[in-house]
Amino acid sequence: MSYAVCAALALLGLHGMSQSSNLLRRLMALNVLQVAVIAFYLLLAVKTGAEPPVLEAGAALSERFINPLPHALMLTAIVVSVATTGVGLALLIRIHRQFGTLEDGR
Amino acid sequence: MSEHLPAIIVAAPLVAALAAPLAALRSARWARACALLGQLAALAASGAALERVLRSGPWRYAFGAWAPPWGIEHSVDGLSAGLAVLFSALAALTSLYGWHHEEEDPPVREGALQGMLLLLLSGCLGIALTADLFNLYVFLEIASLSSYSAVAAGSGRDAAKAAFQYLLLGSAGASFWVLGLGLLYSASGTLNLPHLAALWPALAARPEAAAGLALMAAGLALKLPVFPLNAWQADAYAAAPARAMPLLSALLSTALAMALLRLLNLGLGGSGAAGPVLAVLGWAGIVTVLVASAAAFGQSDARRMLAWSSAGQLGYVLIGLALGTRSALAGAVWYAAAHSVLKCCLFMVAGEVGRGGRCDVDDFRGLSRSRPAAAAGLAVAGLALAGAPPAAPFFGKWALLQGAFQSGAWVSAAALSASSLLTALYVFRLIGKAYLEQPASGAAGRSGWAPVCILAAAAAGVLLGLFHQPLMAALVEPAL
Repeated sequence: MSYAVCAALALLGLHGMSQSSNLLRRLMALNVLQVAVIAFYLLLAVKTGAEPPVLEAGAALSERFINPLPHALMLTAIVVSVATTGVGLALLIRIHRQFGTLEDGR
Repeated sequence: MSEHLPAIIVAAPLVAALAAPLAALRSARWARACALLGQLAALAASGAALERVLRSGPWRYAFGAWAPPWGIEHSVDGLSAGLAVLFSALAALTSLYGWHHEEEDPPVREGALQGMLLLLLSGCLGIALTADLFNLYVFLEIASLSSYSAVAAGSGRDAAKAAFQYLLLGSAGASFWVLGLGLLYSASGTLNLPHLAALWPALAARPEAAAGLALMAAGLALKLPVFPLNAWQADAYAAAPARAMPLLSALLSTALAMALLRLLNLGLGGSGAAGPVLAVLGWAGIVTVLVASAAAFGQSDARRMLAWSSAGQLGYVLIGLALGTRSALAGAVWYAAAHSVLKCCLFMVAGEVGRGGRCDVDDFRGLSRSRPAAAAGLAVAGLALAGAPPAAPFFGKWALLQGAFQSGAWVSAAALSASSLLTALYVFRLIGKAYLEQPASGAAGRSGWAPVCILAAAAAGVLLGLFHQPLMAALVEPAL
């Protein structure tokens, strides 16, 4: 069921990227797509009856921790998403200065 | 020291990318010098790595001494080291080509552009060397983000729009790659390509593994780009600054084609393992090779013509990947490398010919009289691209045709032959204008080292062809 949320988010993002006439909305839709991918990895990491992978002093290592690797991977993905958004917004500022509008004349 | 060569290869342009904007505070010339230094350092390190591979065979380097599959590793063999040498050499050549560019912009912008091109080089070197699929995503995005920024540095009116469209489609492609990788990881538990190859026979039947592979291929198809998805390419290639375009056209597509090859063919234990995906890509290749070459002929802007040409030439690589025989794969690899050298040369010529940020096909009129060296480079590179022996692409096409006949893939063979004719059409359109028509008045002189670089790139294309036997035997064959 929760994977269906990821799929819905991804489809929302793709729909926004292809159907929006406003460039800023397209950039935000890209962000929604990236969030869908991040959520997918985080859902992968979950195990039933498991705890967050935080090691406490004296606690034993067991399989009761969720898989931390997808979380680590998604830290990188979040950084990439932020960088992409930054470049995208800088481009949008320039486009707005040049054309006076962010609406795509389709 | 030689133990850490893969790290040095990737890190040298990275460090230079940080230093170039600082050097630009002094002057733009210092920024270019800093960039050239970084590229030469990467070239030296790649050459040393290649020498070590030729001497004692391929080796694997684990970052931080964490053993794979937990750690990230780079695998240095003849193919990846050879690609690293190729990329760094093309980057250095492009730096020399743009050395005497007149500075209309403040030096800070030049420093930023040089920084972006160095990051592009670093990303593509990483893509060539890495054996970890998520690490590939990281380098992919390093290279892509710097490409978006480099396109935006163009002086034309549409540079920012073209860069933004490229950003949207490229980032969507990267998201597909990561999503597909997540599916693959959920099925296999590993991100390391050799480990995945070992596990693949047990995984191939599982739907999430096949879906993951398809998504990853789709992501790369958006970035390469493959024909129906190449909406961004013509605009971006036309908008990018002329001194960056040779590198932008040569590096990322080639690196991504190699990544696709390693993912679908080599990493998974040979042909047949990724059947449906390869079939789709093969048909896309056939369509691309015909449609894109035909589209290139009708363009009036020379840079758009070369953009469609790049899309079309990529179709050859896709056909080779889909055929999957040893000969076809060797042809695909060789063709990708040869194309990068020659497309770099052609964009150098286009940069010389164009003025005011534009470059129309009509600007090529009378080039043989106004700039004979550039016209000679155009003729050699154009004929080479169309498949004339003894230049390098001919041997790639020959190996692809052999593979097609071996597999009985008559449609592919017919497409390969027909597209050579179509390529010759648009190439001869340019060469004809250069040699058979009168020059337009008032061609501005702007040479510096550009003619030398053009001739060097064209000569490299021919030399690669002359030495294709030993090069393919030493570098390409062992990796397949």
